[in-house]
Amino acid sequence: MHLDHPVTLPQRHTYSADPRHPDGSHRALRIGFGGPVGSGKTATVAALCRTLRDRLSIAVVTNDIYTQEDAAFLRREAVLPPERIAAVETGACPHTAIRDDISANLEAVEQLEQALEPLDLILIESGGDNLTATFSRGLVDHQVFVIDVAAGDDIPRKGGPGITTADLLVVNKTDLAPYVGVDLDAMAADSRRQRKDLPFVFTSLTAADGVRPVADWVTECLAARHPGATR
Amino acid sequence: MSRTALLILADGRFPAGGHAHSGGMEAAVASGGVHDTASLEAFCRGRLHTAGLTAAGLAAAAATGYDALALDDAADTRTPAPALRRVARRLGRQMMRAARATWPCAGLDHLARHRPQGPHQPVVLGVAARAAGLTALDAAHAAVYESVGGPATAAVRLLSLDPFEATAVLARLADDLDAVAAAASDAAGRVAVEGVTVLPAASAPLLDITGEQHAAWAVRLFAS
Repeated sequence: MHLDHPVTLPQRHTYSADPRHPDGSHRALRIGFGGPVGSGKTATVAALCRTLRDRLSIAVVTNDIYTQEDAAFLRREAVLPPERIAAVETGACPHTAIRDDISANLEAVEQLEQALEPLDLILIESGGDNLTATFSRGLVDHQVFVIDVAAGDDIPRKGGPGITTADLLVVNKTDLAPYVGVDLDAMAADSRRQRKDLPFVFTSLTAADGVRPVADWVTECLAARHPGATR
Repeated sequence: MSRTALLILADGRFPAGGHAHSGGMEAAVASGGVHDTASLEAFCRGRLHTAGLTAAGLAAAAATGYDALALDDAADTRTPAPALRRVARRLGRQMMRAARATWPCAGLDHLARHRPQGPHQPVVLGVAARAAGLTALDAAHAAVYESVGGPATAAVRLLSLDPFEATAVLARLADDLDAVAAAASDAAGRVAVEGVTVLPAASAPLLDITGEQHAAWAVRLFAS
């Protein structure tokens, strides 16, 4: 497991989404999860919920290509109570709903906040898309891009906005590396080259507590946002 | 009026959630009713003269400054299918968000405060048009264009239809669009004196029925 930078600096990012409610109270931290189809976005979100739900109040918004498959998976897995999971339909264009026209996602986020207040964290999962899919800063505070080892070790080298600009790059399914002939060290070197000083982590969700590097990063983001209020 | 403001409001890229809705096209494609350019044109013509005309009348009336809450009630009356009412209000909320950020004004704030669950989308469109300095006819044009532009784009995605042909369909309907917008605007010009009953109430029963059915599909690409 590689954790490129022990400490991330989320406060360097500018917020275009107002981090406060009109009454001055802090709203929930919003983190977007994007990445190609099948890379493990939903599995990562599910594992994060299981790891963090005992100490944080969490809700999830899914953006599906077909109706509510990811939301249905999360409900079936019972990672959160069903009222904490909302699905947004995207009209066959998941990247539009998270970047160009974020109105439906903002609706979902605000309805969850109203119904479940206080929320600490809202995870917004994109529908599986391509390497250019990124979240609007008007929708999320931070974004995570999830790729996987089995899709080929040249993905970090190919770059694209998701790989190069996401606040955290997750290279998932490291357990499959021996079976697909992937050199993890080369993937790490390519990731470092593409991302300069932005962090990336390698994960295997089949391992016990395999989502820990991502959970730690999320916890750091929350701590940086509420200095002195870490739980 | 500002011609540019009209272009911004009517642009399919205006971030008000329309991209996720097919205006009944997904159900029409699934039933085989729309399968090529000719059937796309027939669908658009039908939607224009029914749902499009009704929406344009409401939008134009709202753009005159007529009581938006009364128009919202009139929109409910003209939308018998519960699923389509929900869609219209959800899209109204989304348009409200985009419009308040784009053209902040007391009229939009008032409407949002009294319809927290979302006003019908055409009413928001009309109030937004007024806020942008547009006329009732402008608002009607934006509404009729949206009534066919959304389904045509959806048809391109659903049928892999040639996008040039789909756009040519819209261009061929231009005279119809102008005529329907003018009729809607004329009616809106009388609403202050004669009340909301003067506004068009053309319905498309098949769109109502398939809209209700589509909302219950387990697997779909579009929200409506």
